[in-house]
Amino acid sequence: MSLAGLRTEQLAINMGPQHPSTHGVLRLILTLDGETVVDCDPVIGYLHSSLEKIGERKTYKQFTTYTDRFDYLNALGNNLVYVQAVERLLGVQVPPRCQHIRVIMAELNRIASHLVYFAALGVDVGATTVFLYAFREREAIVNLLEHATGQRLLYNYLRIGGLRNDLPPDFLDGLREFLSYFPARLEEYNNLLTRNRIFRARMEGLGVLPPDKAIEYGCTGPVLRGSGVAWDIRKIEGYAAYPEYDFDVPVQPYGDAMSRHLVRVEELRQSVAILRQAVEKLPSGPIRAEGVPRVIKPPPGEVFERVESPRGELGCYIVSDGTERPMRLRWRAPSFYNLQALREMVRGHLVADVVAILASIDIVLGDVDR
Amino acid sequence: MSALARWFGYLRSQADALAERWHVPLLVNDFLAWLAAGIFLLALITVVSLAAIYLERKISGYIQSRLGPVRAGPVGLFQTVLDALKLLQKEDIVPAAADWRLHLLGPVLFLVTTLMMFAVVPWDRGVNVARWLDLEIGLLYVVAVSGIGVIGIVAGGWGSNNKWSLLGALRGAAQLISYEIPFLLAALCVVLQAGTLSLSSIVEQQQAFVTEWFLWRPALWLAVAIFIIAGVAEVNRVPFDIPEAESELVAGFHTEYTGMKFALFFLGEYGHLYVVGLLFAVLFAGGWASPLGGSSLPFEGFVWLNVKAWAFVIAAMWIRWTLPRLRVDQLMEFAWKILIPAGFLAVLIVSLALM
Repeated sequence: MSLAGLRTEQLAINMGPQHPSTHGVLRLILTLDGETVVDCDPVIGYLHSSLEKIGERKTYKQFTTYTDRFDYLNALGNNLVYVQAVERLLGVQVPPRCQHIRVIMAELNRIASHLVYFAALGVDVGATTVFLYAFREREAIVNLLEHATGQRLLYNYLRIGGLRNDLPPDFLDGLREFLSYFPARLEEYNNLLTRNRIFRARMEGLGVLPPDKAIEYGCTGPVLRGSGVAWDIRKIEGYAAYPEYDFDVPVQPYGDAMSRHLVRVEELRQSVAILRQAVEKLPSGPIRAEGVPRVIKPPPGEVFERVESPRGELGCYIVSDGTERPMRLRWRAPSFYNLQALREMVRGHLVADVVAILASIDIVLGDVDR
Repeated sequence: MSALARWFGYLRSQADALAERWHVPLLVNDFLAWLAAGIFLLALITVVSLAAIYLERKISGYIQSRLGPVRAGPVGLFQTVLDALKLLQKEDIVPAAADWRLHLLGPVLFLVTTLMMFAVVPWDRGVNVARWLDLEIGLLYVVAVSGIGVIGIVAGGWGSNNKWSLLGALRGAAQLISYEIPFLLAALCVVLQAGTLSLSSIVEQQQAFVTEWFLWRPALWLAVAIFIIAGVAEVNRVPFDIPEAESELVAGFHTEYTGMKFALFFLGEYGHLYVVGLLFAVLFAGGWASPLGGSSLPFEGFVWLNVKAWAFVIAAMWIRWTLPRLRVDQLMEFAWKILIPAGFLAVLIVSLALM
């Protein structure tokens, strides 16, 4: 029997939408040749909730609650981009204390989100214990945020023109306590995972995304910075109180899954540095701007506001026609664009690698589907 | 002669006397003896698996800074019993398009081969399955039988009519047959050292704690390392748990199994882990020999054997909850390019040391 006449078939296999490793309800149709992935077709929309359309039906004030639900791991960041967009439309300046608290909230959210990334990555490569450890740290943050905002996941804390309420008096003490033990623990988990030989063998050289392709697909955040492009909206736009803080933007040159992982680990350290400065720098003062009308009817116009979410460039585009409801609200979701690059990244890899690469992109389906 | 051996000898003599009085033919008498041995082993594997699953959940809990089972009985001791009862009363679902014969054969074959491995383990001085079976080729028998267990996994994967199960089963088969070679090579080092394949003879040569246990012989240290790694790989445990890789293939080759068949897979897996622990104790750590020298208490040898075997099992659990999992091609590469050459090197080292 000659090998030329041997018929081998490619296996079309369906991964998800319910699967322990697709971070949410994502369906991947993989075409396999043995164990090698020949093609990967993501099917999305399982979490689509028509949030952008709802934005056209709700008033500006009503919609802040909905903004949490896009990327639910970065609820405060979502609040931030929407609220800043409307404030720009209205021409409102928020007081400094409010700006600094917004930075604190955004960075706490970034740490919490990256801890979830860490946890999910651990489960995906088989080190289940890391999940428990990361969530233990996240619990401390979530408790702090519950103390300040009343909610554990979908905070709805930022308001157009300010915040819902000021920080409780012992919030800063709790934050200082968290910052006192977290860096050492982070190094411990880093040792457990990042420096482990098996982990490195699973992640190095995987899912390489060249920088030009990354820019072509519109990838942002750690995916882009892991490919060597130094692009961080916090530095570029300088929104909220970020210009007053001293922090670095981590960039890694190789573009593989390990680079993205290292970028996120370093971002965790940088967020801790920002929070340390914030705890010292926080000025006193009012937390709401003066002169924000009760019924918000921005003058006709359009605005595109962007912030750096843990996943990348999060954008909110609002077209106002002078009424109390937006004419069009468009959400630039970073995970949607990052997910496009998945097809490119998994070609030629094995099935187990698909899981690791997907974890390294770190998507949230609420963001992808809206 | 140990107390266990004397106890079984007494039972045997009583059974013989009874058979004489009732004029039971010898064949039936032997059959009853074998039946008793079989029941002993089944009871042992059930208790062992229950204990192992409970330990796994508690140890994983404590490593992950949580408690594990706490509600069912004191410190959750009855949890596994209740889980077994739950599995017993579940409906046995076989996928409609699946081959029900293969679906049934999978777990049965897997468990039976694990049980067969228990037969040659020397439980105490003079006791091998209550003193009836002392295979002179004990070690060879164990490795051969574990090879048959692979068929059970493949049957389970194919008989599930599920592409993911099939993938898991094929990966499992590849992994198991690849790691049998370094496993056997490491055991071969012990055979060279002891000069016999018979497990009870190997234990007999390791009576004194410091001077005679094979664990302390530098020439065998490479063999010990290879045995531990290959042993963990043979039982499909992380870092080698590709066949079951939870986060990749849902549950791998046992995705489509419920109820008692699922329980049989689990019994087989934890039983196999315990058997590898027993083998480690027998081959390297003196089996039922007490490290304090001389066994005077009844059942002392049996207890010491279990202490050593369970130490291995707990260490394997510790490793499982700490390390990530190897990808399948890395796993195969590790076996063929690193472990097997290391195994040959180990055999060479032992041979040179013995000259």
